Amino acid sequence: MQVGKQTWRFPSRPRITGSATVVGAKEGEGPLGSWFDEVERDAYFGENSFEKAERIMFERAQRLAAKKANHSMEDVSHVIAGDLLAQNISASFSARTHSRPHLGVFSACATIMESFALGGLLIDSLNSEKVLVGASSHNSTAERTFRYPTEYGGQKPQTAHCTATAAGAAILEAKGDGPALTEATIGRVIDFGITNPWEMGAAMAPAAVDTLRVHLQATGRSVLDYDLIATGDLGRVGHPLARQMLLEQGIDPGHQFTDCGILLYNENQPEVFSGGSGPGCCTVVTLSYLLKKLKEGKNKRILVIATGALLSPLTVLQGDTIPCIAHAVTFEG
Amino acid sequence: MSVSSGSSRKSYTALVDTMRPAKPVLRNVLRAFWVGGVVCFIGECVEEFFVHAFHFSEKTAGNPTVAIMILLAVILTGFGVYDKISQYAGAGTAVPVTGFANSIASAALEHKTEGYVVGVGTNMFKIAGPVIVFGVVAAFVVSFVVYAYIRLHG
Repeated sequence: MQVGKQTWRFPSRPRITGSATVVGAKEGEGPLGSWFDEVERDAYFGENSFEKAERIMFERAQRLAAKKANHSMEDVSHVIAGDLLAQNISASFSARTHSRPHLGVFSACATIMESFALGGLLIDSLNSEKVLVGASSHNSTAERTFRYPTEYGGQKPQTAHCTATAAGAAILEAKGDGPALTEATIGRVIDFGITNPWEMGAAMAPAAVDTLRVHLQATGRSVLDYDLIATGDLGRVGHPLARQMLLEQGIDPGHQFTDCGILLYNENQPEVFSGGSGPGCCTVVTLSYLLKKLKEGKNKRILVIATGALLSPLTVLQGDTIPCIAHAVTFEG
Repeated sequence: MSVSSGSSRKSYTALVDTMRPAKPVLRNVLRAFWVGGVVCFIGECVEEFFVHAFHFSEKTAGNPTVAIMILLAVILTGFGVYDKISQYAGAGTAVPVTGFANSIASAALEHKTEGYVVGVGTNMFKIAGPVIVFGVVAAFVVSFVVYAYIRLHG
């Protein structure tokens, strides 16, 4: 049901009946390490390439999510998944293994909330019984695609992000136990003229601000109606920028305004720079830490605004500015 | 609020400028100085070794010294250490020949999965390539100018 200009409300309250997270060593050493289902120390996940490693990680998360919802992958009626690599290979190739009806999606690091929004729509409209949503990223595959070879010694600035080695998946059903998905706000593509790919936080902040503003308008709520509002991966540079922009627009996001990219790593971990990023970042922080808090009843209603920079290595070299998107989803306990 | 009109873009860029963490230039320069110095010191030691142990002249010791420095950089790259040193040292490890070796070795490693010919062969110079291209072009221009000067005045 559409409310406002960009928001869907799901009156049937689709449930997250199971979710799973698989992360790499660095993420496991972060403050949320104990919240993840699996921490893999081998960056190759036993494979001979990082690309294969990413899809193995994603497959493990998907299988485990189905298992935790007391299903097997065969029971899943639709898979909605995406990643950061060209042609969405991690999602598509892991879908080859499970061979379930598959919808590949791409919103860069906002992919997981696009998946949740579409999954909620499928369940709410009775067009699917069990939807698996998920997203993944691997630090080394992202480095190769967007930056330099992994072993290349280039010095990165403090505004850079660390792409998380992380994959997560969740099962959505019409009935069952678990947190409910109640609303989704689909973001607009927004570009405030940032060209530097080392400043993704600054590039994405206006998109997050726009989506939050539109979401509050549509639902008629204020920031205080949420126990927690988390942006996806704005990091230590972008998050204060978003806060500043909100304040200028008369919205005080308060102390419950946080960021998955900041939560994922300790500030003093080596080479995390301004925080985590990548489709896996927002995915695993939401599916482990944030949902757990909902389940425990510590939070009643939260909003996750996943942010994505829709650039490609080609557009960067051609000097184009970075268009960004942010999708928000409301979860209720 | 208009989404990406000129004025909002301009004021946003100004806001980003005020909130961006300052580049630690002095820190980077000091780190580059001492690590780069250490790299050069190791190079000097290797050169002295060739001069004294194998009776090379100062001039002929240059080539085997560079070879050893490249080998060391490639080994450190292979063990996944070089990029960590570089994040600390910046230009200190990028400017010496070791940085050049690292750029080639890292690209070769990265593209091994696509095969030796199309993967390694095609990609190993993808970072070092511009240095070679513009190095050769610059050398040509400079030597042409010098040659012309000598012919005209000498």
